[in-house]
Amino acid sequence: MNTETKPDVVKDASMLKQKEMIAGNFDKLTDAKELGLKISSTFVPGNLNELLMCFGIVNNLPEINALNNAMRKQSGPMIQDAEKMGHSEDVCTYVKADIGMMSRGNIAPNGKPMPDPDVLLLSYTGCYTFLKWFELLREQYKCPTVMLHVPYQGDGKAEITQNMRDYVIKQLKEEVIPTLEQVSGVKFDIDRLRENLKNSAKAEDDLVWVLESAKNKPSPIDAYFGGVYYIGPIFTAFRGTEDAVEYYRLLKGEIAERIKQGLGPVTPEGEVFEEKYRLVVEGPPNWTNFREFWKMFYEDGAVVVASTYSKVGGVYDYDGFRHDPDHPLESLADYCLGCYTNRNLPERTQMLVDYMEDYQADGLLVNSIKSCNSFSAGQLLMLREVEARTGKPGAFIETDLVDPRYFSPANIKNRLESYFQMIEQKRQSGAVAA
Amino acid sequence: MPVQEIIQRCEELFEDLSFSSVRAWKEAEPGRKVVGYMPIYVPLEIIHAAGMLPLGILGGGDALEVIHGDAYYQSYICRIPRSTVELGVTKRLDFVDGMLFPSICDVIRNLSGIWKLMFPDVYTRYFDTPQNFRSDIGGEFYVNDLRELVSGLENLGGRKISDDDLRASIEVYNESRRWVRKVYQFRSEQPWKVPASEVYLLMRAGQTLPVEDHTQMMKDYLAAVENEDRRMKDNCRVIVNGSFCEQPPLGLIKSIELAGCYIVDDDYMMINRLITEDVESEGDHLLNLSEAFIKHSMAFPSKFEPNGEVQGHYLADIVKQRGAEGVIFAAPSFCDPALLDQPMLANVLDERKIPYIAFQFAENSGQMQPIREQAGTFADSIKLWSAA
Repeated sequence: MNTETKPDVVKDASMLKQKEMIAGNFDKLTDAKELGLKISSTFVPGNLNELLMCFGIVNNLPEINALNNAMRKQSGPMIQDAEKMGHSEDVCTYVKADIGMMSRGNIAPNGKPMPDPDVLLLSYTGCYTFLKWFELLREQYKCPTVMLHVPYQGDGKAEITQNMRDYVIKQLKEEVIPTLEQVSGVKFDIDRLRENLKNSAKAEDDLVWVLESAKNKPSPIDAYFGGVYYIGPIFTAFRGTEDAVEYYRLLKGEIAERIKQGLGPVTPEGEVFEEKYRLVVEGPPNWTNFREFWKMFYEDGAVVVASTYSKVGGVYDYDGFRHDPDHPLESLADYCLGCYTNRNLPERTQMLVDYMEDYQADGLLVNSIKSCNSFSAGQLLMLREVEARTGKPGAFIETDLVDPRYFSPANIKNRLESYFQMIEQKRQSGAVAA
Repeated sequence: MPVQEIIQRCEELFEDLSFSSVRAWKEAEPGRKVVGYMPIYVPLEIIHAAGMLPLGILGGGDALEVIHGDAYYQSYICRIPRSTVELGVTKRLDFVDGMLFPSICDVIRNLSGIWKLMFPDVYTRYFDTPQNFRSDIGGEFYVNDLRELVSGLENLGGRKISDDDLRASIEVYNESRRWVRKVYQFRSEQPWKVPASEVYLLMRAGQTLPVEDHTQMMKDYLAAVENEDRRMKDNCRVIVNGSFCEQPPLGLIKSIELAGCYIVDDDYMMINRLITEDVESEGDHLLNLSEAFIKHSMAFPSKFEPNGEVQGHYLADIVKQRGAEGVIFAAPSFCDPALLDQPMLANVLDERKIPYIAFQFAENSGQMQPIREQAGTFADSIKLWSAA
């Protein structure tokens, strides 16, 4: 019998802080009625947390619930429940996991039922499915629903037009804010919004510093698997809070220390890392087998130095956007308009090329998600374009967000191993040629 | 002109994946331009006012072998974008000067970017319609959006689009839509005289012909079918829903009819009749087009329904209006708008006790026997077991 016990993985202060923040938010959500708080359901891309905070409204994000359920191996039966109710196998599994969760009592990770939302804030940013998702939720909850239509940046010139910006601002002023006032009974105070936005900008500065730390060799972070933890607070219910500022301050300090010590990323198995391959990853991760998926990378020495998924709830690094307390509504509009999947394919392609170069990556890996056409449609061409423009090899794997039926570990592992060999060969042939 | 001759002409246009008639139109005068568009809706009046020919691109159907297109899309993405890419790569669209990709779903949206990357010399525009239906908010955005389209087409065509051009085009399309509505009304009243496959081909011809020719064709068709001696059958009256983008093979429409169903309404080629009333032709034309979309456009899955009380009601309302006895949901595989909308529509049908069936297709589906059996069983169940 093996009596050797594994030492507990030491949690960094930022990890503990985030854990406490998330638990606190779930408690606030599940106890909202007792606490006299109103709840909004809204989406990650284009979420208006700073604005919701002005009304004391707590933020519930269905995508986060779905991925939480997936990580706890609960999403599969929920999806099947939704399919039994008539939802097609072909459509987004986030939607079906959410609907299935509802049918099972909407139990939050703290074990308590999630109360019905008081308002559905449909920030329609970068994903068509959001629109139908909230129509489906409205059918169930029958609560006020407010739509914020964020036009897609379709013109291919990386440009937010004044017409787009004005349209979003006008909706904020005349539709979103009055609805939130009505639901909460709180009058809108733009100075409160400015204060929240100040906090956002501070946290965003530190987040960008953390993401860009991956330019170091070795990279002190994994910008995809680790990245999803780093973006957690800012993409969810905490952007604009003091807590988020504190979280990113702690995180930045910890990463700075790792750089000083020449350490690679933290993994679930501790410091077992030697950086062999630097990758850029396009597309969301798989959540049902998240750790298993991550392990396929770190056990072969692959570290993700930049990812587009870590921009889905806001792009802060690429063109320097920050929430701006001096232009509160304008900056909320620009934030929504600039989210990654609200950008057209030529621009997304160029971002990948730039990431490849800026982060000195060895290749591009696309994790194509069955559920997510917003990300996935066009990725094969993007891959070819990036390969052609950078001369670096690319690879393509397919998984799903929260449907365990679409995660095939053996296939994915085979592909990844072949890909790493390809990078190795390319590297060697490059060295010979040099 | 006899019905057969008109329908034969429509069929020729439908089958011609080289778009010879459009090429001929373009070559007839120097400087002519063709602007392609995908489903569901773009303001054709503006393309027409620019002196250009709008061309509806509805994929490659079941006759096109997709070789290159599959290399651009994963297996879980619908077929229309891959066959559209195939049309592009094989130079079947090499005469098209501009392409418009409306805001229907993420796949068509992203196809606009693919087109920009693959065909950088083509004027390519993602065309957004508002999801806010207040004239002073969504309407204002849309007017400006239309202004950008006008400007883009002016650059493409090398000439200004005048107020008179716009007025004339609005009137031409108002007339077209009146005749489209007449055809649909006539079919609803006497479906035995106007088979769905003929209406389909007739409406599909409107995607390639100049609008004036298409209007004349509809007039000729209605005049001709009046005199046709077509026997009324004991079929059941159904609405087909879900085929507004990727199109079913013609054989699928025929199969539904052969199975004992009269299709008395559908959502094929919605662009022909999405605007339900005449667009005002005096005053600010872009404002008029905007108001028409905001206030007088049909419900469709890619359009947000601001009023939760009537969510999903539109289909049941059409059933009532057309005196239909059931609904056939026929959506393309992997079609997010249709498949996400379907449960909400079905809930309302359930509430109103309207029977329905559902199946999926792809534009190249080959096996029609299962469809015929399913539709036939549905028709029988309505005829034999319905309360009426």
